[in-house]
Amino acid sequence: MQEPTITPELIAAHGLKPDEYDRILQIIGREPSFTELGIFSAMWNEHCSYKSSKKWLRTLPTEGPQVICGPGENAGVVDIGDGQAVVFKMESHNHPSYIEPHQGAATGVGGILRDVFTMGARPIAAMDALSFGLPDHPKTAHLVKGVVEGIGAYGNAFGVPNVGGEVRFHASYNGNCLVNAFAAGLADADKIFYSAASGVGMPVVYLGAKTGRDGVGGATMASAEFDDTIEDKRPTVQVGDPFTEKKLLEACLELMASGSVISIQDMGAAGLTCSAVEMGDKGGLGIKLILDHVPQRETNMSAYEMMLSESQERMLMVLKPEKEAEARAIFEKWDLDFAIIGETIPEDRFLIIHGNEIKADLPLSKLSSSAPEYDRPWVETPAAGPAPALPQIAPIAALRALIASPNHAHKAWVWEQYDTQVGADTIRRPGLGAGVVRVHGTRKALAFTSDVTPRYVRANPYEGGKQAVAEAWRNLIAVGARPLATTDNLNFGNPEKPEIMGQFVGAIKGIGEACRALDFPIVSGNVSLYNETDGKAIMPTPTIGGVGLIGDLDDMISGLPQAGDVALVIGATQGHLGQSALAYEAFGIEAGDAPPVDLTAERKHGEFLHAQRDHLTAANDLSDGGLALAAFEMAEAAGLGLTLDASDMGQLFGEDQARYLVACRPDRVEALRRAADEAGVPLEKVGHFGGDSVTLGGDSAPLAELSMLYRTAFAAAIKGDMPDHA
Amino acid sequence: MKAAVVTFPGSNCDRDLAVALKQAGADVQRVWHKDTSLPQGLDLVAVPGGFSYGDYLRCGAIAAHSPIAPALRAHAERGGYMLGICNGFQVLTELGLLPGALMRNAGLTFLCKPATLRVETADNVFTAGYRTGQQISVPVAHHDGNYQIDAEGLTALRDQDRIAFTYAPAINGSVADIAGVLSANRRVLGMMPHPERAADPALGGTDGAALFAGLVGRLALA
Repeated sequence: MQEPTITPELIAAHGLKPDEYDRILQIIGREPSFTELGIFSAMWNEHCSYKSSKKWLRTLPTEGPQVICGPGENAGVVDIGDGQAVVFKMESHNHPSYIEPHQGAATGVGGILRDVFTMGARPIAAMDALSFGLPDHPKTAHLVKGVVEGIGAYGNAFGVPNVGGEVRFHASYNGNCLVNAFAAGLADADKIFYSAASGVGMPVVYLGAKTGRDGVGGATMASAEFDDTIEDKRPTVQVGDPFTEKKLLEACLELMASGSVISIQDMGAAGLTCSAVEMGDKGGLGIKLILDHVPQRETNMSAYEMMLSESQERMLMVLKPEKEAEARAIFEKWDLDFAIIGETIPEDRFLIIHGNEIKADLPLSKLSSSAPEYDRPWVETPAAGPAPALPQIAPIAALRALIASPNHAHKAWVWEQYDTQVGADTIRRPGLGAGVVRVHGTRKALAFTSDVTPRYVRANPYEGGKQAVAEAWRNLIAVGARPLATTDNLNFGNPEKPEIMGQFVGAIKGIGEACRALDFPIVSGNVSLYNETDGKAIMPTPTIGGVGLIGDLDDMISGLPQAGDVALVIGATQGHLGQSALAYEAFGIEAGDAPPVDLTAERKHGEFLHAQRDHLTAANDLSDGGLALAAFEMAEAAGLGLTLDASDMGQLFGEDQARYLVACRPDRVEALRRAADEAGVPLEKVGHFGGDSVTLGGDSAPLAELSMLYRTAFAAAIKGDMPDHA
Repeated sequence: MKAAVVTFPGSNCDRDLAVALKQAGADVQRVWHKDTSLPQGLDLVAVPGGFSYGDYLRCGAIAAHSPIAPALRAHAERGGYMLGICNGFQVLTELGLLPGALMRNAGLTFLCKPATLRVETADNVFTAGYRTGQQISVPVAHHDGNYQIDAEGLTALRDQDRIAFTYAPAINGSVADIAGVLSANRRVLGMMPHPERAADPALGGTDGAALFAGLVGRLALA
């Protein structure tokens, strides 16, 4: 087959800048072949190379005594005691989900699950953080329905419980939704599998589903802005098959237990190219592939197409040669492809052969380590303006404005479409705070949360970055967990714009600062840039996925408030209403600064709550929506009314940080008070739970009426029927 | 009491079901879909939830033609006990061991939530641990749980007291709110809700435990 001639247009179509192409010429000393150009474009795009973000990612704290493996592998690995480890990561699938919501979101879930089980871990929990445009934007309902259905279709069939996540709506996502998929798995700490190849002449084995033409160029697409040619990009979205992925999981875990695996890597973005290069590069070896042996779903596929295909449910493995028969039998048992397609070679070469012709012959180490790295110019985000003056509003009317908004309404419409209990270890389902999953066969459990408040990050990237970490930490503390580590999924606009790069830099500085102060290292993550359509960027959205350990189920703060419980706030309330949910939902005002985050107070108050957990019947972190919203959520979940004494809007709806709302029996208040005084922690009695009405200061409404609003607002906003259909 | 749990490719509640049976005291073996015979001396064959063979066609349709299918049918025809949960229920209807069919939920979406069930009969080994008329909370998680049967079939189910559970209130469009049905010899039960997810206090409910305890206890005596 005649390969296209390399022209400036072809180079540009591959997302390579002229200076990047010059770099290729320097490295190989000749013009690249078409296949080689494809390989460079796959390795050097933003999605795979992190060329704009690397410099800043290096500043993040990634170490700690609990960390077994930090960023750089498929997922992070953290010690949870007793020889066990939790393996987790969060990754975006934003661009594909906007183009084709069902498959885009489904393959996002599939990709993150593969990242986890590639390392030898059985997935035990998933979460998804979703950001959409305004509910009345013409695309939004279609996107929400497709994305939720796609996440459910993949995760439910694969068999991983979905235990948390977020859903938000804001005009800045009108042209660019965000789908951030998290997965965590469980493994023995001494049986983690890594991607670095070792040994010369070892067979390189292709595992899983066959290769088709789907997703060719997907990673390059994910590194570009959108414009009105978006419909043309639909063929770059892959199609997921959770059934094959479930078989691949079981086959891979059996394979790993058989002792056949030297190293293993899933084929995600940039498929065969990226996985082979990574395995060779990390092992200091070259790789030779003979593409004629690649299992193919379509006929007449070219080397270029096979190297760039993003067909799903595939793995690449370096095999112990003496184990070939045993390994092959496992894959035959599961009716999956198993093909030796190459070998490790001593020289620094990435050698691709197809039809007895050399299609690519590149210095392998240069493909990833010599990828361009940019120190993009950036400007500090200007200081936020003064706090907004808010019009008068009665407290109950303000609460109504919040719970009637799909941002804060009950989200059963979403999570009832996800299997939240498969595995029969889900202790705490989605709905209120962190999800909790038991470590199978033990009394330990893991808590999972994902958090960010993009409005804060836009107003003040540094404080907003800190806040996202602090909120994740608080959500783990509030269920009785000890926070262990985080994964970050950094979604931003076009990094070539200094103001966007400034948001990125500011947020990273804040995230790093908070992770250091809270001993909450980042062990994995993903960067998604160019989230813009027609030049309009999303709000900066650095999603923080947090994982915590509950040493014994008895340590969990699991309950809901009981009638007669006293409501107390741990932490000081100033009444910060800048960038608040109240201002936005009630008045459409997005002004003022983000609330400042005092990390010393965060730590102190969190440790206080953790130490006093035996006194508490329930706990909830205070975040956007403040005390009134958090108290309503807790009371409503328990089917209880609520009285808060304050009538001041700052007290009720302020979003000051380092605060928790806790419920305890009246006879425990004194002990809690004494402990707080001793520890020097602010503790304030703010009201009580019980009755059948919600009273804020002097203002009151029946619980049943507010509950009805809260539970129907989400479906009403996106004009979907509740799945509960009689 | 000896039980076997069948695993099809795509089954994903097989471990959960085995755990619940073991907790109730059963000796549980696993059977692979490519096996062509069942272990000797089984008291119960359990077919778990999940997405057998991906369920890209009618749910359970391919499983009903798997290598193990003839052995499952023979076990039932010999008068053996069988329990099918969720996808297992779909498989049992496709095998022709239970009447009716499971269609897409009336709301068209996957539905995962706690469901309130009414025990319609306690006259069988599966629900003997409950009272007729008792309300229990057991989670559902399905996309195709909308039970349908023709008028004649429904009359037969009613006349023969073979409706094991109904939803109270309705959740997925099932005829007569049916959540689970028995075979004519009352030895095969298919149900959409997941009792194995409600058999451990840590999971927030134990209303499903009586099914396993009753079943294991009675079959051990049998």
